[in-house]
Amino acid sequence: MPAQSSVGRLRQGLIPLAAAATATLLFAEPAAADWISPERGGSPNADAIHSLYMILLVVGLIVFFAVEGLLLYTLWKFKASRGHEAKQIHGNTKLEIGWTGGAAVLVVILAIVSFAKLGEIRNPPNSDPAGFRVAAIAEDPGTNQKLPPNKQGLHIKVTGYQYGWRYTYDDGNPATQDPYTYRDLYAPTQTTVLLSITSSDVIHSWWIPELGGKFDAVDGFNNWTWFKIPADKAGVSFRGQCAELCGRNHANMTASVKALTPSEFDAWLTAKRTELDQSAKDAAAQRAVVEAGKELK
Amino acid sequence: MAAADVTTTKTTEQTLPKVPLLTAHSVEQEVTGWRSWVLTTDHKKIGIMYIVAALVFFVLGGVEALLIRLQLGTPDNTLLDPQTYNAMFTMHGTTMVFLFVIPIMAGFGNYFAPLQIGARDMAFPKLNGLSFWFYMAGGVVFYSSLFFGAPEAAWTTYAPLSDDAYTPGFGTDAWIFLVHLTGISSLVGAVNFVVTIANMRAPGMGWGRMPIFVWTILIYSVMLIIALPVIAVGATLLLTDRHFGTNFYDVTGGGDPLLWQHLFWFFGHPEVYIMIIPGFGIISEVLPVFSRKPIFGYKAVAAATASIAFLGTLVWAHHMFTTPSPTAVLVFFMIGSFLIGVPTGVKIFNWIFTLYQGAIEFKTPLLFAVGFLSMFLIGGISGIVLATFPIDWQLHDSYFVVAHFHYVLVGGAMFSIASGIYYWYPKMTGRMMSETLGKWSFWFMFVGFNITFLIQHSLGLDGMPRRIYEYGDIGNWGTWNLISTIGSFVLGIGLLLSFINGYRSLKNGAIAGPDPWRGNTLEWFIPSPPPVNNFDVVPTVRSVEPLKDIRQEVASRSGAAEAAPEPAAH
Repeated sequence: MPAQSSVGRLRQGLIPLAAAATATLLFAEPAAADWISPERGGSPNADAIHSLYMILLVVGLIVFFAVEGLLLYTLWKFKASRGHEAKQIHGNTKLEIGWTGGAAVLVVILAIVSFAKLGEIRNPPNSDPAGFRVAAIAEDPGTNQKLPPNKQGLHIKVTGYQYGWRYTYDDGNPATQDPYTYRDLYAPTQTTVLLSITSSDVIHSWWIPELGGKFDAVDGFNNWTWFKIPADKAGVSFRGQCAELCGRNHANMTASVKALTPSEFDAWLTAKRTELDQSAKDAAAQRAVVEAGKELK
Repeated sequence: MAAADVTTTKTTEQTLPKVPLLTAHSVEQEVTGWRSWVLTTDHKKIGIMYIVAALVFFVLGGVEALLIRLQLGTPDNTLLDPQTYNAMFTMHGTTMVFLFVIPIMAGFGNYFAPLQIGARDMAFPKLNGLSFWFYMAGGVVFYSSLFFGAPEAAWTTYAPLSDDAYTPGFGTDAWIFLVHLTGISSLVGAVNFVVTIANMRAPGMGWGRMPIFVWTILIYSVMLIIALPVIAVGATLLLTDRHFGTNFYDVTGGGDPLLWQHLFWFFGHPEVYIMIIPGFGIISEVLPVFSRKPIFGYKAVAAATASIAFLGTLVWAHHMFTTPSPTAVLVFFMIGSFLIGVPTGVKIFNWIFTLYQGAIEFKTPLLFAVGFLSMFLIGGISGIVLATFPIDWQLHDSYFVVAHFHYVLVGGAMFSIASGIYYWYPKMTGRMMSETLGKWSFWFMFVGFNITFLIQHSLGLDGMPRRIYEYGDIGNWGTWNLISTIGSFVLGIGLLLSFINGYRSLKNGAIAGPDPWRGNTLEWFIPSPPPVNNFDVVPTVRSVEPLKDIRQEVASRSGAAEAAPEPAAH
């Protein structure tokens, strides 16, 4: 049948086309990594998302070039101005079953690849021995919390509010007040940092692209994620901003994560705690003055 | 016009009397002027009112879009203040979804579904009028908020941001009323479509001979009936939260903010398919006509549409991948969303193979249909990327998502609407639109659209979230946003050309005649524009392409030398 053979020729033509598309993409990738793929480099989960994305992008581009190529070829080859009769074909069951099956197989492959990568993205690794000292993290049942194999990490609570972020650094000692900062989160390198994200008002979304995906901050819920900054990123400041519309100043609800070496972080944390203790003492002293009925100096 | 019961006794050509038998119970003065529009129950006039009103709202939504793009054209721009900017994207999204795409599809359905099935009107003509006026009421109430404080919680109106504690004022209430009024309009209209299509098809038109466009209007209607009550419930709960002290979405009062997201997206995701499926129908009419070939795999196209609709109601939480939800839930909705790729792929291949081995005439409706195919594909591929939830963690609520759904809804739905307007304008007005202007318009729109939205993928990948009124001079954001803004004006020029074309052709267009494109379906059997009663004689339908059969029969009886190939038998 002429219809069949023509379709067969077409199929043969598509293979080199797809190969060319893949080659173009693979060689173009390093140069164009900035505009064609998500951010990465600050944490293994961001890197894993990036590589999963690249697999899907390659598959997507092959499909794109194959289908658009077929469409353009069809438009060029079968334009009426060539003066031929249209073939009155109502369908082709084999062909139709073929592309239904093809699409289904592709979808199954993509699902398998995604599941294969999921662990790397979802499950935090242990901290490096050279990392900041870590403590056991309490389990948070009923949430999407995932703990490292040794159940240890640095726990930082992230609270979104209109229009900023507050970070509470769990110092492992329930008796003392945990240090906290706003907007800038300080984090040690080589250390698994677990974030429990929540909100004190409307919904916000925590997103530092180079450190992995975004997680919504919802009042009443703990949304868990993690990052682990490699040693060579010490001194780097990773930027991000709220990704869920939270009101008029949504655009200015920025955040940054400043990477410190474990020893720098230790020093910073100690200084922060001293600062907080000092201000608590000052406040107590002032309160004593006021309660004694005297004027504040 | 006489209000008359039109009765044709027999429809086969041999026994048909020269003049149809008419029984007039009463004769009324014909209503003319504006009252003939306001008081009409004629599905064609209602259809035109839907289309014109939807296009007016489209212009409003388009102006809002251009203001958004102007504001984002340069870093740290101060053209719009944050409140105005939030109002603009809220109104843009709401307008395009509720007041443009859904109603214009209802307009096409109103005008052409009865004609394509050989009916003389919709099943419930008065309900049909009611449906239109509820839609207008929704639009007027919503836009009146411009004078009282516009809504600014985005078209998704997420709680608790939309609660009175965070967004007081009239705007969000106007949005809720819009949802209710247009919801009633669409529900009434959907029931009307289902009854009409189920009961009023021409003799011989079984389910397997119904034009694909009618299939898609049927599926569109069923989906509206499934999805709309849910958003109506959600919006009512929001209303009571805002004004009557309930706490459905307020966690401090024992409510759950995620409840809103589930209710909203249970409607919101089917809504995407409600917007695009009639577009599939238009494409499935245009491609066969301009390639002179039957649709490739009629049953597969109809079945794929139905399965997209079915799966489309089961994937709503893929909009919620970043919420605190269990991994099992994310996996379920990822797999469901992947599955939609299969019937969508089937449709794309069936459309391309409808063109394959045809004799393709590059008229404007075909250009827009092919534009739809090429860009909807991109939206489909980026959709699979976004459905992979670990990747969505990076891309969710970023400009990548904005690019994705504009490829589906502008490259997809809007290009199919343009195709439908160029295709059916001759039937509705009796005149042709200019091909030259139409092709210029197409190329401006196609190029402008891709300049605007292709680069937005990169913005999202580079970390730019959506719905921000300003951004700092970070990396390439300034340049890329400027490119996008320039593209949006090129797109705007393309649209303007089509509006000019439509306006000028009303008076200056060439006379179309009943069947300017050599169409396949019954609307081309009758004069352009059709008389009030549509069909004096309803032909018996013997295939999916009744008009092709009729043309061939005429050709064979008049002994025409260039008789077309074998009739399309099903």
